[in-house]
Amino acid sequence: MLSYNLTEEERILIELIKRIGEEYIRDKALYWDEREIYDPLPIRALADADLFGLIVPKEYEGLGMGVRAMCLAVEWLSYFCAGISTTYAASFLGAYPIILFGNEEQKRKYLPEVAKGKKLCAFALTEPQAGSDAFAIKTTAKKEGDFYVLNGVKQWITNGGIADIYIVIALTDPSKGARGASAFIVEKGDPGFAVGKKEKKLGLRASVTTDLIFNDCRIPRERLISKEGMGFMVALRTLDYARCGAGAQALGIAQAAMEVSLSHAKKRVQFGQPVYNFQAVSHTFAEMAMRLEAGRALVYQVASYIDSGAKDFSGASAMAKCFATDQAMWICERAIQMMGGYGYMRDYPVQKYFRDAKCLQIYEGTNEIQRNVIARELVKHYK
Amino acid sequence: MEKIVVCIKGVPRPGTVKVDPVTHTLRREGAELMLNPHDRPALEMAMRLKNRYGVPVVVLSMGPPNVVPLLKEAYALGADEMILLSDRAFAGADTLATSRVLAKALERLSPFSLVLMGLKSIDGETAQVPPETAALLGIPSVINVREIAFEEDKVLLIRGTDYGEEELEVSPPLIVSVTTKMDYLRPPSFKRILESRELSPKVFTASDLGLSEEHLGLKGSPTQVAGLFERVREAKGEIWEGDPEELAGRLIELLKERGFIKS
Repeated sequence: MLSYNLTEEERILIELIKRIGEEYIRDKALYWDEREIYDPLPIRALADADLFGLIVPKEYEGLGMGVRAMCLAVEWLSYFCAGISTTYAASFLGAYPIILFGNEEQKRKYLPEVAKGKKLCAFALTEPQAGSDAFAIKTTAKKEGDFYVLNGVKQWITNGGIADIYIVIALTDPSKGARGASAFIVEKGDPGFAVGKKEKKLGLRASVTTDLIFNDCRIPRERLISKEGMGFMVALRTLDYARCGAGAQALGIAQAAMEVSLSHAKKRVQFGQPVYNFQAVSHTFAEMAMRLEAGRALVYQVASYIDSGAKDFSGASAMAKCFATDQAMWICERAIQMMGGYGYMRDYPVQKYFRDAKCLQIYEGTNEIQRNVIARELVKHYK
Repeated sequence: MEKIVVCIKGVPRPGTVKVDPVTHTLRREGAELMLNPHDRPALEMAMRLKNRYGVPVVVLSMGPPNVVPLLKEAYALGADEMILLSDRAFAGADTLATSRVLAKALERLSPFSLVLMGLKSIDGETAQVPPETAALLGIPSVINVREIAFEEDKVLLIRGTDYGEEELEVSPPLIVSVTTKMDYLRPPSFKRILESRELSPKVFTASDLGLSEEHLGLKGSPTQVAGLFERVREAKGEIWEGDPEELAGRLIELLKERGFIKS
């Protein structure tokens, strides 16, 4: 119900994403979900459409667009299937460290292939004992001459096994705590690098999640991003940029859930009239629409803020992610309820939206951690 | 290998076109145009060859100015150059008059190794233009091709026939019509969609091609559409009631009578 003053390029982008969604995703999303299948075809289509280069700078064969464009692409992809948008968005999560902190050689080596969609990326921070407490990571990277040798395990990594480029945060100096971590580029095929089994998930089932195992994984020292000790800086800054993407995913899922359930409510006749006529139902949709629009306004305001060159946006992006994803979960739960029994049946997509939306409250920083971030930023602003 | 040319056609979006009551041809100017769906496999095939062998691709279309967006769509899919064949005189052309124009244009664009076209259009559905154009140019045409490779100076093709498949080796130049079924059709590139906004196709008119009116358009078409009608199927059904065994016997007699079962 609101216009966001999209530029012509942004409108063309959305049209293209919708077209890809219609042609390659819409008819298969429920099937992939049911069978937990990763289908490389829609990813190939996104690659052929140059969409993996959206935020890669032009000098590295990308489109040089900003967070706003990334959010639009992710939002509309999520409308068709959040599993596919997760594969897509997670690749940006893996590309950002190179874009933001990589040196010239690293950018020239990796970014053009990423932009052309020839190589997918992944981002590996989480470990079995280190989720929200990211500082508790134990994977080590020991310098041995011209190499680093990595040992440890990363848990629940999106695109594990299908990515070619993995950004891995490991401890180069365990004694220094948070300042002892460094960011590395590990490539598929590096000796001592293996991928665990594909996880069985509640939702986002078209996306691949695996463990990563480093067993004396030997990589050349040129794979270090920035300097030793910069690991958490790289990780946290990357997450700051990507957070809006998770918010955008929430918007796409919620939009789809609202549309499907609304369409149902207008047709479903009970007690002699469409159930939409009953206030309990129409008010629920009014509430859904408000919350969705509020989430959208926040996500895009933050995205525009980041694109305008802001440096200090952790709090804002935390708000966008936390609010939009919480609202998406609320909207999806209500969407099932508004559809009644049909909402519960796996022949209909609403239950998939609900299961997909749940993960968004957990990954890329749980919404509890997001609130920590906001609380911390709040005292900076209101002394 | 020399460049590849892809011929595309703008066809009315089903449901949006009107037929001229006098000439029985389609009033194309008012209708919403879309890229002939069967041309997409031809464009896909061209792009695969371009990616594999580095051969440039030219896309060309005969039509009114409102096919320019379709040429731009082909550019967005990867075509390097766009050409529009546009002239009032071309209007109402049957497949022969169309093929004359395409053949002249292709002569102008020589040398080329390969011309790709969709198997047929969804409006005329004759599938005549690829072989007709080839005949006018005196070059071979191969129909319903699903795979193409270049090997030294030859073109290797696999085509579907009514009974299976056959492999061919042909010396270029030749015209190929591409199968309607492909495992994957790429989407347009975002980068190229943005680039195409600033670009315009090169335009050739009848006089640019050195063609005179008696060979063109409605006047130059040896076939004329006499009428267009919608086929109305009147299902004549009979309902028999009675004992199932009796009815089965009656049905078998009827099928024998009509020759569906040999007695």
